[in-house]
Amino acid sequence: MVQVVLARIADARSGDKGEGSNVGVMARSEAAYAFLKQALTPEAAKRAMAGINFGAVKRYEADRLRVLNFIFADSLGGGGSASLKTDAQGKTHGLALLRMTLDVPQSVLDSTPERTHAR
Amino acid sequence: MSERKPVLIANGQGFWGDSILGPIRLVREGPIDYLTLDYLAEVTMSILQKQRSRDPKAGYATDFVRMIARVLPEIAAKNIKVVANAGGVNPLACKDAVLEVMAKSGVRGMKVAVVEGDDIYGRLDELAAAGEQLANMDTGAPLSSVRERVSSANVYLGAFPIAEALALGAQIVITGRGTDPGLVLGPMIHEFGWKPGDYDLLAAGTIAGHIVECGVQCTGGNFTDWRSVPNLAMAGYPIIEMRANGEFAITKHAGTGGIVSRSTVLHQLVYEMGDPHKYIGPDNCADFDSIELQDRGGDRVEVRGAKGSAPTDTYKVSISYQDGWKSTGQLTISGPDALAKARLCSEIVWKRLAYDGCTFAENEKLEEYVGANVCHPGFAVNGAADPGEVVLRLGVKGRDKHKIERFTYELVPLVTSGPPGVTGFAGGRPQVQEIVAFWPALLSKDKVKTRVQVFSS
Repeated sequence: MVQVVLARIADARSGDKGEGSNVGVMARSEAAYAFLKQALTPEAAKRAMAGINFGAVKRYEADRLRVLNFIFADSLGGGGSASLKTDAQGKTHGLALLRMTLDVPQSVLDSTPERTHAR
Repeated sequence: MSERKPVLIANGQGFWGDSILGPIRLVREGPIDYLTLDYLAEVTMSILQKQRSRDPKAGYATDFVRMIARVLPEIAAKNIKVVANAGGVNPLACKDAVLEVMAKSGVRGMKVAVVEGDDIYGRLDELAAAGEQLANMDTGAPLSSVRERVSSANVYLGAFPIAEALALGAQIVITGRGTDPGLVLGPMIHEFGWKPGDYDLLAAGTIAGHIVECGVQCTGGNFTDWRSVPNLAMAGYPIIEMRANGEFAITKHAGTGGIVSRSTVLHQLVYEMGDPHKYIGPDNCADFDSIELQDRGGDRVEVRGAKGSAPTDTYKVSISYQDGWKSTGQLTISGPDALAKARLCSEIVWKRLAYDGCTFAENEKLEEYVGANVCHPGFAVNGAADPGEVVLRLGVKGRDKHKIERFTYELVPLVTSGPPGVTGFAGGRPQVQEIVAFWPALLSKDKVKTRVQVFSS
């Protein structure tokens, strides 16, 4: 097992859902998806996001797309125009979850390419 | 039967406030058949309703009329059809403004259609009398509990009235509230003759619409691998190449910046997503996980296999209501010890307000130290413990407008009566803003009648 941040094996995008936000976690390989499906549980995501989300966490699975979609029910300080927060739409919540650290098997890392930054 | 050419449907506006370069470059830099534009959000409807109550000729997206004025010659020359929800709460006035632009440009005989029926603000009491509770989908509370404070109420209409308008020969279709994917689904229904029961085809169109509805968010904008995106400044807006059988490709004009890849398309697919297996729209439900995404290279992703099912017998309704007042203001505090000094500044503001009898509950006030990790609390972030400078953001909200106003007077004095290094007060006192809350509800489809009218320049 190697400790890495979620960003090593997944991408994410987030946005608002009423008074909460959604984070779509996109695994960067088949192996990464299989691993995340058992490791990135709603409970694990809830613990990682405890500074941001104060409500329930629901996880949806889209196996063909290799996506885990998380709904953080209370993460926007009221939501919509009632929120005073800078990130009132949860635009940065995906990047927050990607900072989470996980113990990942070496085999998963081997089959998940590193990001390339060539422009 | 020879295979028909695919229909090219582009989205040039992801939301009200998106760049005007989107539509301009879409019509200029390559071929498209349809240009769609999304201008509305929940809060927008309330603002437009207020504008209309002050001026019967207002209440629509004026940006749209300015955009049409710029692209009209190219739209006419290339016979590009335009579908936009720019009508807001006054689509007929929007139509008048567009016809005026056409008259000034000497464009004759171009047809403009208006889709109405979404605006139920004036029908709320009639609907209540008919037994429609319009209960809040999240809390279950009946609308009567906030009825006097309601400022707008609109149904999310489907795509069939848009197809009807196109069948009547309209080159420009102006709607009020509808779903965002409906703007692109309407042209597909019109072009291919898709029927209300063609759930898989309607799902394909809905999924295509969801992918392009936020403009550059599927062509390299807001993308995790942002370093890999070439020429983001000149990113192309997305184009759907739709075929009659529901198979489609997402692409962009050749030579534009940005990327279309499996990953950029998938990023947008999950945006604001709930249950991926059941995306509920007015015309169908779509299973996002039914599709196969194939990256063909060259900024082209093909999508096939979309599965859909029957819609529900209700429309979603977007109701807005006044829910108090708020104000946020900010100051910049330089180092050394920026964070410690910013914390002292907040303490000072709350103490001075309390001295004057003005206090706020914890959930009615906000302290943010921008630069010291306000976006990702709970995660370790480099430099957050001792940032070089901090933007102190303070905010309050509540029902008592006087208290909110009182708050706005206590920020700027910190420049001379706080710790050293307080600046960035050029904006002066913060403004007091109305809180417009959103009330999601459902309404039986049989209570809504749509109307399509066509006008000519």
